[in-house]
Amino acid sequence: MSSAEHDVAVDVPQAHPILARRRGALVRQYRSEMRLLLTRRRNLILLGVLAIVPIFIGVAVKVSSPSEGDGPDFLNRVTGNGLFLVFTAVTVAIPFFLPLVVGVVAGDSIAGEAGLGTLRYLLTVPIGRGRLLAVKALALASFTALSVLLIAVVALITGALLFGIRALVLLSGDTVSIGEGLLRTFGITAYVAVALFGLAAGGLFVSTLTENAIAAMAATVSIAVFSALLDAVPQLSSIHPALLTDHWLGFGELLRTSISYTDLTRWSAIHLAYAAVFLSLAWARLTTKDVTS
Amino acid sequence: MVSTSSLTPAPAARSADRPNRGEAVAVRTRGLTRRFGKQLAVDSVDLCVPVGSIYGFLGPNGSGKTTTIRMLLGLLAADAGEIEVLGQPVPRAAQAVLPRVGALIEGPAFHPYIGGARNLRRLDQMDATADPATSAARIDAALARVGLSAAAGKKYRNYSLGMKQRLGLAAALLQPRELLVLDEPTNGLDPQGTREVRKLVREFAIDGMTVLVSSHLLSEIEQVATHVGMMAGGRLVRQGTLAEVLADGAARIRVTTPDLDAAHVRLQQLGLAPITVDRDKLTLTARLGAIATEDVARDLVGAGVRLQGLAVDRPDLEDLFVSITGEGFDVLR
Repeated sequence: MSSAEHDVAVDVPQAHPILARRRGALVRQYRSEMRLLLTRRRNLILLGVLAIVPIFIGVAVKVSSPSEGDGPDFLNRVTGNGLFLVFTAVTVAIPFFLPLVVGVVAGDSIAGEAGLGTLRYLLTVPIGRGRLLAVKALALASFTALSVLLIAVVALITGALLFGIRALVLLSGDTVSIGEGLLRTFGITAYVAVALFGLAAGGLFVSTLTENAIAAMAATVSIAVFSALLDAVPQLSSIHPALLTDHWLGFGELLRTSISYTDLTRWSAIHLAYAAVFLSLAWARLTTKDVTS
Repeated sequence: MVSTSSLTPAPAARSADRPNRGEAVAVRTRGLTRRFGKQLAVDSVDLCVPVGSIYGFLGPNGSGKTTTIRMLLGLLAADAGEIEVLGQPVPRAAQAVLPRVGALIEGPAFHPYIGGARNLRRLDQMDATADPATSAARIDAALARVGLSAAAGKKYRNYSLGMKQRLGLAAALLQPRELLVLDEPTNGLDPQGTREVRKLVREFAIDGMTVLVSSHLLSEIEQVATHVGMMAGGRLVRQGTLAEVLADGAARIRVTTPDLDAAHVRLQQLGLAPITVDRDKLTLTARLGAIATEDVARDLVGAGVRLQGLAVDRPDLEDLFVSITGEGFDVLR
């Protein structure tokens, strides 16, 4: 019998305290994730770019002579009512800037941790794989909503300062109060955030497939680009309604006198269906993945 | 690929099972196997880490140590076999058992743009079992224990390699643990850092933690381990207490003399074999066997052999490892 074996007998540990999940754990995990997202300089720069979009458009419209030239929808109405700067900025940001920002953050979410090696430490903390995905998805949804909200708020302030906010003249010519105008603007923000979450979920799934965050980001942005590409081919019109990006601009519906909630609900359901499918795929992948990074 | 049956000596394997009788086992695997494609990375490994031990998990790079450790922690799925950590099956009960396990796996990994303390706070916040009220105090204590208090706010990417390694250890110490799994904790450290880690490992054991420490540096482990397991080519080729495993290696006698031929004859007549002769260095080496060193010396002197030196080499882990695998301590595949 060696001395080592005597030590063994002495050091048998006492009964360990019960390690139960504490209340509020999900909130703490979510806050930790949000803090990481919102203190990362790259993400702040991306948000800064988004914030510049409405300022840039507002100033450009202000300094140029009023004309009926080409431009994004709503542009020629901005001078009359600052609220239209919100709609213009969102319209401008939807095809590229917003997918870029969402794609970068979503693509980075799991792949970035895997690339750094922090994924293996998160999983041995341990945070369950399903829980980690839920935390990442919640944070991603918040970041997406925040991105859209940022554009809207900056556009609203810029529009108010440069052009003033007035009662909203709808597309059909009717006028609604400033209060209702703001409410409709908020509705637009919410609609666009939900639409973009479909893409964000796609990015989260892609992010579970690789350790290369850059590749995941590129692939996520490509999803949006590819969908828009298919949407632009008239021969494929039969599949257009089912495309991820087809109804991203559907928020115009909220600027009509009688809003078709049926359409809005249907389109949002399509976006949420994309999100559900992508999140399921991400879950299936992450919970069975060998973590070798 | 290692395939000779001599690589799994039955006596050593059985002795490692001894803690089974009444003694608690911190980690046990049975027939643990994992393939990557055609390559058998881990091949029927029966690991047995007694509670309270410092278990040196040895083997060259690529011998399957890290793959085994990743399976113990539920990061990789096993193709076959069973794993038990602190009495619970992994990966099934991983969520329940891992809070009691601290781990350093293949080097530290943290977010580069935030400080050491914030990185620890992130891990602590992700732990659903952690008490937020004591979080700050536990983080401070963990940083102090590894000597990083002064660098707590410094960005991780500005840490030196040694500081990164120590932050990894601090992360493993955020909670009271029963088992520490340290995979190559001294990788990339200078001799000073290596000594510090060794000291910490001893302290952990004194605190009552079981430490499973892997390394490809055998001499380093030999200084702290109470038990060792040796991996080669995906198989566990030896396992047991350090003394047991070292006893497997036979002592060798080294004779330095100008009278090589006369000495050779004497050693042969004493029954020492095999004998190797190095004419450049004027040395003979032979396995000592049951004969006492002083008897060999008397015999040689009596036969008129002029002795310049006489030494006995007890094999260390590295010699033993080479004798077991029959290869240099290099990458086997």
